[in-house]
Amino acid sequence: MTALLSVRDLSKHFRGLAAVSHVSFDVNAGDIFAIIGPNGAGKTTLFNMIAGAMAPDGGSIAFAGEPIEGLRSDEVARRGIGRTFQVVKPFPALTVEDNVVIGALMRTNALSEARNTAHEVMTQLDLIGKRHQIASSLTLPDRKRLEVARAVATRPQLLLLDEVMAGLRPTETDRIVSILRDLNRSGLTILLIEHVMRAVTALASRILVLHHGAAIAEGTPDDVLREPAVIESYLGAEAL
Amino acid sequence: MSDIWHNTRWHGKAIALLLLLAFIAAPIIADRYLLSVLILVFYFAYLGQAWNLLMGFAGQLSLGHALYLGLGAYTATALWTLFGIGPWMGVFIAVPVAAAAGMFVGWLGWRFAIEGVYFALLTIAFAEFTRIGFDHLQITGGAGGMFLSVNSVGADKWWNLGGGPLLYYYLSLVLAVSATFLVARLRQSSLGYRWLAVREDPEAAQAVGINIFRARMIAMLISSSMTAVGGVFYGFYYRNLFPSQVFDIGRSIELILAPIIGGLGTIFGPIVGAIILTPLGEGLTGLMQAFGINAPGAKLIFYGLTLMVIISLRPDGVWPWIARHLRLDGSRK
Repeated sequence: MTALLSVRDLSKHFRGLAAVSHVSFDVNAGDIFAIIGPNGAGKTTLFNMIAGAMAPDGGSIAFAGEPIEGLRSDEVARRGIGRTFQVVKPFPALTVEDNVVIGALMRTNALSEARNTAHEVMTQLDLIGKRHQIASSLTLPDRKRLEVARAVATRPQLLLLDEVMAGLRPTETDRIVSILRDLNRSGLTILLIEHVMRAVTALASRILVLHHGAAIAEGTPDDVLREPAVIESYLGAEAL
Repeated sequence: MSDIWHNTRWHGKAIALLLLLAFIAAPIIADRYLLSVLILVFYFAYLGQAWNLLMGFAGQLSLGHALYLGLGAYTATALWTLFGIGPWMGVFIAVPVAAAAGMFVGWLGWRFAIEGVYFALLTIAFAEFTRIGFDHLQITGGAGGMFLSVNSVGADKWWNLGGGPLLYYYLSLVLAVSATFLVARLRQSSLGYRWLAVREDPEAAQAVGINIFRARMIAMLISSSMTAVGGVFYGFYYRNLFPSQVFDIGRSIELILAPIIGGLGTIFGPIVGAIILTPLGEGLTGLMQAFGINAPGAKLIFYGLTLMVIISLRPDGVWPWIARHLRLDGSRK
């Protein structure tokens, strides 16, 4: 089986610093794939290269069998990769509904169709009751879900989530976890960067650990979280 | 438009229709002076719609719309005086000329990621050096200006925009009303939603598959084309053109006041702003004449003060406030 997303030997340097160096991994269709690692490990850089927000210095990214490295982010989105932002970026002056409608308009030019899609997605993400609220007036957990909704409305095959759980209370985390699990069950492949281990262990079918820009472990949660290198570099003393 | 119409409450519809009827019937009672003020109201409402499309919807600040106004005016006027090609034909040449300039400015700015204030500076620069260019362009009279004769053969007929004030009155009304319909239609299209996304957050807009360069270029294309049509009107209404007036930065500023005062990014803002601002400006001119005061910059100072007062009281503009108080909008803001 060929992977939905295949990253090979990907590198990115900022001046002398190797933010990401020679990272390779595969995300299979149907996976929930988590990338973890300490701050500054290169997770967001890696993520931005996949999403087209940054061009890699070396290596390749293939999505559904086609190379996508160096494409603009709107082209990457059109290929079927949706994303959220670590620092949420809803369209602040617009309503929740219009935010999601704009996502849905990627696949259609018909507003009525986009509204239908938006309604479906807002229901799925528990935002339907807030659809007339202005996005800037939402609380953080709602804005995070709005980001996911807007990305899901583009009907992606792969959803990239950048620390979507950060800053949420445990009950809110569980709520998003169950939503993501439902989305995954309906056929969506998810790649997430996450610090909240509670969410990672609850969701991920595979984990990649980054440290200083390099992949130091990859595998199922059980295997990866037992590796001494991972425990030492990431989970730290408290896990020992 | 249908959406906005449906979402507007009945008394909102009634006010809109009554106002339109009043404007259509106005020439029955209005004297020449009042008509000339109303012509300016419609003219500024029209240009305000054109500029607001780029700024209010697509979020791109242009402070050089005089460029498209001037190119439209000069092209159509020159075609008429030099080749006898009337404005109804000339507009089809004037619009592409101004649109090409708009596309060039847009391409230069957005291709090389010149955004915000820097983009605004770029638009000013282009209007300024076009002004200097026209100062030295002999075929259009250089700095001495270009004049439309009122007594050459056929110069007073509707087909070359040489009629009396009634012609200009209804023409400007039609321009303002159709621009409003066009803008409302665009706002409710998928393109309109894309513009809002680009305005709100370009990076997030890209992440949902929007080609932000293309979206901005389309906004510029429509905005500069509309402004050029306004320029053709300007040229034939005033019947004289000086580079120092038509390409002046004051001209660019003047045409953005109505949408800012009325409400950026709203459909009725430019109209409301023009209705408020133009009579005030004209009233001031009248007052100063009555008292025999001669202060050339007074109107601009007055506009500046009005702008400061309104922006400090109603930062969103006057229209959203009116709409809220009259409960005109049955749905969203």
